[in-house]
Amino acid sequence: MPTVQFRLNGAAIVVDADPDQMLLDVLRNRLGIAGAHFGCGAGECGACHVMVDGRAMSSCDMPMWSVENKDVVTAEGLGTVEQPHPLQRAFISEQAMQCGYCVSGILIGAAALLKRNPLPTEAEVREALDRNLCRCGSHNRMVRAVLRAASEMALP
Amino acid sequence: MTSPAPKLPVSLVANPRLSSWVRFTGDGRVAISPGKVEIGQGIVTALAQIAADELDVDISKVEMIRASTAASPNEGVTSGSLSIQQSGRALRQVCAEVRQRFLFAASERLGVDAALLDVDDGTISGPGNVSTSYWELSGDVSLDHDATAGAAAKSAARRAVAGHSIQRVDIPDKVFAQPRFIHDQALPGLLHGRVLRPDISGAKLIALNETAARAVPGRVAIARDGGFAGVIADAEAAAEAALKALRKGATWSAGEPLPDEDDLAGFLKSQPVETTVIDTKPALSPREHARTLRRQYTRPYIAHASIAPSCAMARWDGDRVHVWTHSQGVYLLRADLAIVLKLPAENIVVEHMEGAGCYGHNAADDVALDAVLLAKAAGGRPVRVQWSRHDEMSHAPFGAAMAIEIEADLDADNEIIGWRHAIWSNGHAARPGRAAQPALLAATEIANPYPRMISTNPPAANGGGGDRNSVPLYDFPAWTITSHRLLTMPVRTSALRTLGGQGNVFAIESLLDEIAALRGEDPIAFHLRHLRDERARDVIRAAARRAQWKPQKQAGIGHGVGFARYKNTGAYCAAIAEIEGADDIRVKRLTLAVDVGEAINPDGVINQIEGGAIQATSWVLKERVRFDRSRITSTSWTDYPILTFSEVPAVDVEIIQRPETEPVGAGEAAHGPVTAAIANAVFDCLGVRVRDLPITRDRIIAAMELAS
Repeated sequence: MPTVQFRLNGAAIVVDADPDQMLLDVLRNRLGIAGAHFGCGAGECGACHVMVDGRAMSSCDMPMWSVENKDVVTAEGLGTVEQPHPLQRAFISEQAMQCGYCVSGILIGAAALLKRNPLPTEAEVREALDRNLCRCGSHNRMVRAVLRAASEMALP
Repeated sequence: MTSPAPKLPVSLVANPRLSSWVRFTGDGRVAISPGKVEIGQGIVTALAQIAADELDVDISKVEMIRASTAASPNEGVTSGSLSIQQSGRALRQVCAEVRQRFLFAASERLGVDAALLDVDDGTISGPGNVSTSYWELSGDVSLDHDATAGAAAKSAARRAVAGHSIQRVDIPDKVFAQPRFIHDQALPGLLHGRVLRPDISGAKLIALNETAARAVPGRVAIARDGGFAGVIADAEAAAEAALKALRKGATWSAGEPLPDEDDLAGFLKSQPVETTVIDTKPALSPREHARTLRRQYTRPYIAHASIAPSCAMARWDGDRVHVWTHSQGVYLLRADLAIVLKLPAENIVVEHMEGAGCYGHNAADDVALDAVLLAKAAGGRPVRVQWSRHDEMSHAPFGAAMAIEIEADLDADNEIIGWRHAIWSNGHAARPGRAAQPALLAATEIANPYPRMISTNPPAANGGGGDRNSVPLYDFPAWTITSHRLLTMPVRTSALRTLGGQGNVFAIESLLDEIAALRGEDPIAFHLRHLRDERARDVIRAAARRAQWKPQKQAGIGHGVGFARYKNTGAYCAAIAEIEGADDIRVKRLTLAVDVGEAINPDGVINQIEGGAIQATSWVLKERVRFDRSRITSTSWTDYPILTFSEVPAVDVEIIQRPETEPVGAGEAAHGPVTAAIANAVFDCLGVRVRDLPITRDRIIAAMELAS
C-alpha cells in the first residue's frame, strides 16, 4: 500500500492510502476526525471544509496525492475546550447555529479568512462563507460571531 | 357534585409514571428523559431549563437522556412545534410532583414541616440548620408512582431559569467537533452499507447482475430482498465502489410518469381527490355584492434538503435488532419496522442520535429500514448506511405542491363580504407508525412489497395538513374553506415545516394586501381593522413600530407585511419585509414580532424565528423541486440552490413575552408571514403580483407581461 505523508492539526503523520482515495474518507474513517462532515461529495456545500496550507478547501473531492507534504487543519485543530480558538468562543457566545452540522466547515472557512484578512468587513465575511451552505438559517449569527472573533483577535 | 379531576398534560396521560421522566443518579446529578428529540431546535436545552426550575437544581446537574424505545416515555413525534407544549408541560408537572414527594420525605426525616423546607441546588434545608438532599433521600423516595396533577408548578414569578436566555447544552460539542451526530459514531466492527435506487421515478429493479460488484475488494455481502438491493463492505469507499458496480448490473422497469413541472396547478386540479369542507361560516345578514376577485396561488414541491444526508445504523442479535436513528419519532419508526420485519415491537430497540436539521419528514426513517435490512446480511456486526446527496434530493419525501384558489366577494366599498378558499394538494403527512401499512421506502421495494403510502392530512383538530392555516383569523362575515386531497401521488410527499401553512398564509395575506391596495388602505390598518384578538393585533403593531412602518417610498425599494397565528392555535407572528427589486429580488431586511406565550429560552425562540425567516426567504426566492416527465432532476445543490450567506437578509426579531401564558413552539411561526411579506413587498416595489412561488426573475417578467 502506498503511503502519503502530511501534517494533520500540527502533527506530522504518514498514512497508508491509495493516492486516489479522498482526504475526507481518510480523515473520518481512518484518523478519527469528526470535524469534517460529509454533505454532498461534490464540493458544493462546504460541510467537509478543511484548511490546506491555510486555505479552506473541500476534502470530499480532494485526492490523497494532492495533500502530500501539505499542512491540513480540521475543526479539531483550531482549539479545544480548555484552549478554544476565538472563533469557537464567539460561536458559543453568539449561539451561532441550530443543528450545527455545517459548523465545523464554517469555522474552517472563517479561520482561513481571518488568516488572510484579520479584520474583514461584514460583506467580506459573507462573501468568504458563500461556499458554505447552512440550511437552518443561522447565517447572521455566524457572521456576527466571525466579526466578534476578529475584533477580539485584533486586541493587543 | 364532584369537582373534575385535575387535568394532566397529554404526554403525562400517555406516560404517567414519574420514574420514566426523572431519576436521581448516583453521581449527584438528575437524569431527565423526554420523549422528544433534538433536531437543532434547542428543545433539549429548553426542557432542561424547565426541569432545573421546578426541581431547584442547577442546570449543570441536569443530564438530558436521548430518546430510546428501551426506556423513554412515548411522546410520538417531535413535530408541529408541539414539544414545548407537550414535553415541556409534562416535565413541569412531573418535576413539581417529584419535588413535592421529596419535600414530604425530607419533612419526615428532618422532623420539620414540609412548608418550612426549601430546596437549593438539590439540597433540602429547613430551620435550625437541618438539611438533606434529593440524592440522600433517593433510596427512600420511590418515583414508581403515576403523576396525579396533585402538585402545582411554580408561578411564573418564582421561575429562575425558564424565561431567561441560556446557552444551549449541545453547542460546545458542535463547536469543538466532539462526535455528537449519528454520522460521527464509530461502533466496534462497523460495516458500511449502500442501497441501490433507480434514477427513473417509480422504476422497479427487475434483474441484477452482481458479477462486477462481487469483484470489488472489501465487499462483505450483497443483500437482496425482491427489488431491494444493497451492498455491505468493510470500508465506506468500498461500499461506494460496490454500489457503483452493482448499478451497472441493474435492469429497471419503466417508471411512472411525473407531472408537467410548469403546470402544477393544471396537474393538481386534474387528479382524483378526496374533498373535505374544512369550515363554513354562513353570512348572517348578507350585504350587497358588487364584485368577486378570483385568484389562484401555487407553491412548488419543496425539498427538506438537510445539509447531512440521512444516516442510520443497525445491529442484529438473533431475532432482535438495535437501531440508531435521527428519526423524529423512535416509537413510530419502531412500529413500522415491526410490520416490515414481522417481529413483535419488543424485539426492536430504536435509539435516537442527533442528525442535521430535518425540517420535517425526510429520509431519516427510510434509511433506518435500509440499515436494518442490510444488517441482516452482516452476521451480527453493526451496519451504517448513509444516503447519497442524489438520493436525499430525489427519493426522500418532499413538501407537497399546492394550488390555492380564493374567491373574495366585495361590496361596493371593496369590503370583504364573502370568502371561498379551495386547496388542491397531495396530503402533507405520510409519517411512519400511524397506519396498518408501513410508510418506509424500502417496504415498497422488498419481495411482497407494500404499496406506497399515499399521504394524508392530520385532522383539523391537530392543525390540519393541506388546510393548515386556511381558516381566516379575520372577521369576514362569511366563508367556506375546502380541501381537495389528491388520491394519486406521482411525486412522494410528506411533512415539511408548516405543512400547508406556508401556502395558505401566502395566499390569504397576498389577497388581503391586494384588497387593501384596491381600497387605498394601508395594509397594517386593514389587518388591525379585521382582527379582534389582541395578541394578534399586538404582534402586528410591534412589527410595524419596529420597522418604522411605513417607510418613505423610494424607487427600487418595496415593503410588505404578512401575519399568521401558526395553526390558528400556536405562535402569533407578524413579518415586514424590505426588498430591493431591479433585475432580481433581493430581500434586505425582515422585521418580525412574535408571541409564543411564555418563552422558555428567549434567545432560543429568536434563533428559531430568525432561522425560519431565512429558510422561508430561501423557499420564496429560490426553491423548487425540478423534474422532467420521468425523473427528479434537482439532485444536487447546483440544481437545487438555497440562499447563500451573501443573499441572507438582516433579520430583526422582537418577542412579546407573556410569562403567565402557556408556552407554544416557535419553529414554524415565521414561514407563512415571511413568504407573504416578501410577495407583498414585490408588489409594493414593482407593481405586479406574483402568485406562483418561487418568485424568480422569470416569474416577475411573466407577471409584468400579464399585467401590461
